[in-house]
Amino acid sequence: MDFSLSDDQKALQQAAADFTRAEFAENAARWDAESYFPVDVIKRAGEAGFLSIYIPEEHGGLGLSRLDAALIFEQLSQGCISTTAYLTIHNMASWMIAMWGSEALREQWLPRLISGELLASYCLTEPGSGSDAASLRTKAVRQGDEYVLSGSKMFISGAGETDVLVVMARTGGPDSGAGGISTFLVPADSAGIEYGKNEDKMGWKSQPTRLVSFDEVSVPAANRLGEEGEGFKLAMKGLDGGRLNIASCSLGAAQQALTLSRDYLMGRKQFGRELASFQALQFKLADMATELTAARWMVRQAAWRLDQGDPEATAHCAMAKRFATDVGFQVCNEALQLHGGYGYIKEYPLERLVRDTRVHQILEGTNEIMRVIVARRLLADGMIESLQ
Amino acid sequence: MKILVAVKRVIDYNVKIRVKPDNSDVDLTNVKMAMNPFCEIAVEEAVRLKERGVASEVVAVTVGPKAAQEQLRTALALGADRAIHINTSAETDEKVESLAVAKLLQKVVEEEQPQLVILGKQAIDTDNNQTGQMLAALTGLPQGTFASEVKVEGDKLQVTREIDGGLQTVALSLPAIVTTDLRLNEPRYAKLPDIMKAKKKPLATQTPAELGVEVASKVTLLKVESPAERQGGIKVGSVDELVEKLKNEAKVIS
Repeated sequence: MDFSLSDDQKALQQAAADFTRAEFAENAARWDAESYFPVDVIKRAGEAGFLSIYIPEEHGGLGLSRLDAALIFEQLSQGCISTTAYLTIHNMASWMIAMWGSEALREQWLPRLISGELLASYCLTEPGSGSDAASLRTKAVRQGDEYVLSGSKMFISGAGETDVLVVMARTGGPDSGAGGISTFLVPADSAGIEYGKNEDKMGWKSQPTRLVSFDEVSVPAANRLGEEGEGFKLAMKGLDGGRLNIASCSLGAAQQALTLSRDYLMGRKQFGRELASFQALQFKLADMATELTAARWMVRQAAWRLDQGDPEATAHCAMAKRFATDVGFQVCNEALQLHGGYGYIKEYPLERLVRDTRVHQILEGTNEIMRVIVARRLLADGMIESLQ
Repeated sequence: MKILVAVKRVIDYNVKIRVKPDNSDVDLTNVKMAMNPFCEIAVEEAVRLKERGVASEVVAVTVGPKAAQEQLRTALALGADRAIHINTSAETDEKVESLAVAKLLQKVVEEEQPQLVILGKQAIDTDNNQTGQMLAALTGLPQGTFASEVKVEGDKLQVTREIDGGLQTVALSLPAIVTTDLRLNEPRYAKLPDIMKAKKKPLATQTPAELGVEVASKVTLLKVESPAERQGGIKVGSVDELVEKLKNEAKVIS
């Protein structure tokens, strides 16, 4: 067993660190304050390769592994968590088009999604269906060569400013459950689509979040990804990687929080000595680093399992997402505490790290749903034995 | 026109420098390393000359341990066509001094016959600011150091130099040596697809022994210390008091 990163992986890490330093780090606080979605910078991320990380090479992507993607997102998020999180969603939605779109559909959309000329949103959640995603009610009714979509999607990242929606909608009867769902590529400017207001959120403010309403929106049947009834499965496959991506954003945030805390403890003096000389604070820093390290290796091994096609990869991705996003939030929150009053004001980035990482425990499946996924596998034959 | 660019692996400029507890040197254990920022500017200038059609080939060279190949890969990802690694691990664990580096580069210049050699004006680890000048002396080529602008005009090179109190423009005949100052250009960052392509570009390895250059250190490093911590200032009551303190305490005027 060798835990070291390859030279290629180090080079990818370095490239991501250079990009985030040049493009994200200086602007993150302003984007947060102004709720500004930096489309121009996201386009440059596309030019630099960050929008097609694990799309196969034959479809124009970089064809990198999920482990490589985890390393890259961890670096990028150290500059801006919220913008990096949007990049991960774009990567996930574009990957679904690359994997399950027809050749014609891929040719029509992928090159521009890869370059960043077009941006994508992933539309699963609805006002009445969150954790119980399979109960979604947006309908897609087949009429000749088209499907007609009606319903609404809630909390859609990027919505209103993106160009392509990957929409999960019901093609089966009202009680068809997960097996009655199909996935569609819907141009974001199709007639009948309306966008709600930009939700006023706690964090993730550099990307808009909106309700998307579909009122008899016609979509060519050729825009369906995969077969009819496969949609829920595809959505979940997208999310295996999506969960690792979000977990990686939490790791990056925690790493940044740890670095800032170390520097603060070394520089700040109280009671006539450096904070770093107080053992209570040393222990706190040690715990933060220990938990971050555990979370990091959990994410990397789950990514490795996904790359290997391990049958238990979904459960491991769920464990990693649950653990790393909990740890990420805790480490950022502890770092804020270590900074005292300075952690609470916006002159320092700590409060933004806390606000941005909080939602990671909620989206791409709440951490409670992660436990449901893990428990379901644990109670099935063999999963517990295979953990060893 | 062929351009040779020298790059150096140094401590990343974002890293906080730690001195070893015994004051023998800077602590490099587990420290993030990167390409020297002035070398990044050198690579950028060479790649821009190639993009403008002035240069036909850009060759990156480094002198250092095996790990320095990471910086060559970066240069290749940024646009260099091939790379040469002069691997010093077998000869020395120590830093290779400027003169030894210049002698090694001299051999590479003799072999490659570049029309232009671009180096950083100094590396941010030891800040010697010597290698470019030494290489010019050893090869007998004209030098334009601290460049903030480089223009190729036929077989002439016009270099704007940053000097004390202003700018100086010199005309050199090619082949020539240029060292880069901070304002020459703003280097690009490497794109992921280019990093993947860089893996396929050729990287040749040589040793100082093969080039017949002795790299053993001739300088003994006595002590490395952190800079003194800044002390708080004071307010003076009058100009006379200020002058008195500048004379007798700070000893900056007499």
